[in-house]
Amino acid sequence: MTSITRHLFRAIVLLGCTGFVHAQSSDNALYTYDTLHNANGEAIFHTICQGCHMPDAKGATGAGTYPALTGNPRLASAQYMAATILFGRHDMPSFKTSAEPNRSFFGDTKLSDAQIADVIHYIRTHFGNHYTDSITADEVTAMHPQDKPSPSKP
Amino acid sequence: MQGDGSEFSMKRRDLLRMIGVSAGGAAMYQAMSTLGLAAESPYRGTPKLQGAPHGASVLILGAGLAGMVAAYELRQAGYKVQVLEYNARPGGRNWTIRGDDTYTELGGYTQHCQFDRGLYINPGPWRIPYHHRGLLDYCKKLGVPLEPFVQINHNAYLHNTKAFGGKPQRYRSINADYRGHITELLAKVTQQSKLDALVSKDDQAMLLDSLRQLGGLDKNYAYVTGPSASNRRGYDKPPGGGLSAKPVDSQPLQLHDVLNSNMWRALTEGEMFEFQQTLFQPVGGMGRIGEAFGRSLDGLIHYNAKVTAIHQDEHGVTATYEDSRRPGSVRKAHGDWCICTIPLSILSQIPMNVGAAMADAIGAIPYAATVKIGLQFKRRFWEEDDDIYGGITSTDLPINNISYPSCDFNSRGKGVLLGGYLWGLSAYEFTAMTPEERVRRAVEYGSQIHPQYKTEFDNGVAVSWHRAPFTMGCFATWSEEARAKHYENLCQIDGRIALAGEHASYLPAWQEGAVTSALDVVTRIHQRVVAGGVA
Repeated sequence: MTSITRHLFRAIVLLGCTGFVHAQSSDNALYTYDTLHNANGEAIFHTICQGCHMPDAKGATGAGTYPALTGNPRLASAQYMAATILFGRHDMPSFKTSAEPNRSFFGDTKLSDAQIADVIHYIRTHFGNHYTDSITADEVTAMHPQDKPSPSKP
Repeated sequence: MQGDGSEFSMKRRDLLRMIGVSAGGAAMYQAMSTLGLAAESPYRGTPKLQGAPHGASVLILGAGLAGMVAAYELRQAGYKVQVLEYNARPGGRNWTIRGDDTYTELGGYTQHCQFDRGLYINPGPWRIPYHHRGLLDYCKKLGVPLEPFVQINHNAYLHNTKAFGGKPQRYRSINADYRGHITELLAKVTQQSKLDALVSKDDQAMLLDSLRQLGGLDKNYAYVTGPSASNRRGYDKPPGGGLSAKPVDSQPLQLHDVLNSNMWRALTEGEMFEFQQTLFQPVGGMGRIGEAFGRSLDGLIHYNAKVTAIHQDEHGVTATYEDSRRPGSVRKAHGDWCICTIPLSILSQIPMNVGAAMADAIGAIPYAATVKIGLQFKRRFWEEDDDIYGGITSTDLPINNISYPSCDFNSRGKGVLLGGYLWGLSAYEFTAMTPEERVRRAVEYGSQIHPQYKTEFDNGVAVSWHRAPFTMGCFATWSEEARAKHYENLCQIDGRIALAGEHASYLPAWQEGAVTSALDVVTRIHQRVVAGGVA
């Protein structure tokens, strides 16, 4: 383990992580890392996105703002939305599926390219949004960076 | 390196600085680690800053621990300081929710805490390791009394829905059985001469002796039902006095069952650097620290101040802010210098004229989703029924942990425990729920471990950090790559602006990170002021 990894590892346990994989509840089961792939766009929105962007997709403002996902001109670009979900933006984490080791302390929540395309479609056709074009899973896949080793990695 | 012998005369610290400049923070940290520096506490006592130029001022943004440490030290050094704070209270994430408190999260969901008098929950930090000397020092200076925080309780539970029919096991018995079985195995291979190539005969005798002690093995180096195993894992009937005094030994679990329960994963937590005894908590809640800081800085903190822009020029730094209760009421605050402790989650949205390197760093760090849930029960059944006094139960349920209060032991009346501490996917899912639904779920999950939940539950509060209006996330989640690329840039003084907070530390999420980051920044700014002779 490198020293940095050791530090991250320490951070993983600092909040009491036991390394258990989450189990499902008997009723109203939540998704787990193992079952999340079953979630469609609508389920993903209401399981994950609405935590910050709110159940009505209108966003919220405190010391900063979670942008609304309704009446937002940036939604005109499905590619912009895909890039945001794939790579994260500011405090929003990345949700892309990759072979890389976990980037965050507690295990990344990873969505497939098909799920990303589907949640984009759900948002762009609900909450008063009426976009008629869409993005495909392949188009999301094409946005992943080439998996080349980086020669200039410090 | 120039000139003969310069590499020999170069001081270790200079070398590190050079590595840091040329190869980034990660490389420097690695070098530091190799040179044995990183393991040392970064805390060297409160810096003794002296000789602030007359009239020099520092504007501090954020009255969390980092901002208040900075204000405390700079005021001491003679600077004119003022602090802008978004909340109506000091402390930031150093925060305790008590009965009668009201908390409105983003989305407008309001909770009125109904805990009894004296009961509380810490939604943010909740424990202080003994080696977090900076924070402990301020507790001493501010007169904040501490008490022990129980991290490891051998009588708390380990719970896995897929092991032992979902029946929780005592930490003590899993710990004893895991150690008993592995020491027995090692004793066997030693006795079968399989270690002869690795361990001398004399050492093997010593090894066997130590294995017997470590694992609670019997005279034949076996981990079996009997007094030595029961002394570790507990008894079916513990020894007592009088006619019914004779203890009844308990029966160890099979190695296969212990391994496949996955419960061994939770056994090493208390051996991690940050969780080794002794840990502390402030008496009355973690928020006592922020409250004490706030009192000591009375008159210097402007509350309800929402910063909307930060602008620097050659003369100083101006923050534009509005009263968070009356949007649109534009005001300005000025300082010769600015220490900004606003979380990156918020700061990344605030216009601020710093260089591209710092701006890129500010925008590159996602914030963790975590959720904490406090539950009040009509009686302290975990003590009365289950003999659990403080400590933490671990489970594979989404609630992850149940933590029992490390205070008011053995008292009558109601009690509040931490009914869930969620991260990762579960934290996203709970964040997406209403606070009431989070509490309801926590009670439902917890009742699988403590059936008493169903009849004894009274009320609860749930804080989801991504919905906290003042942080929009729990803490900065640095990846190794982000650390290498951005950390040094984040920590520079850019013109007249410098950042501080847990996000500007190698102790993410820990209060000590905020404290040591603030001390580092005030020292560097003071040095620059004194050296430059500019106010």
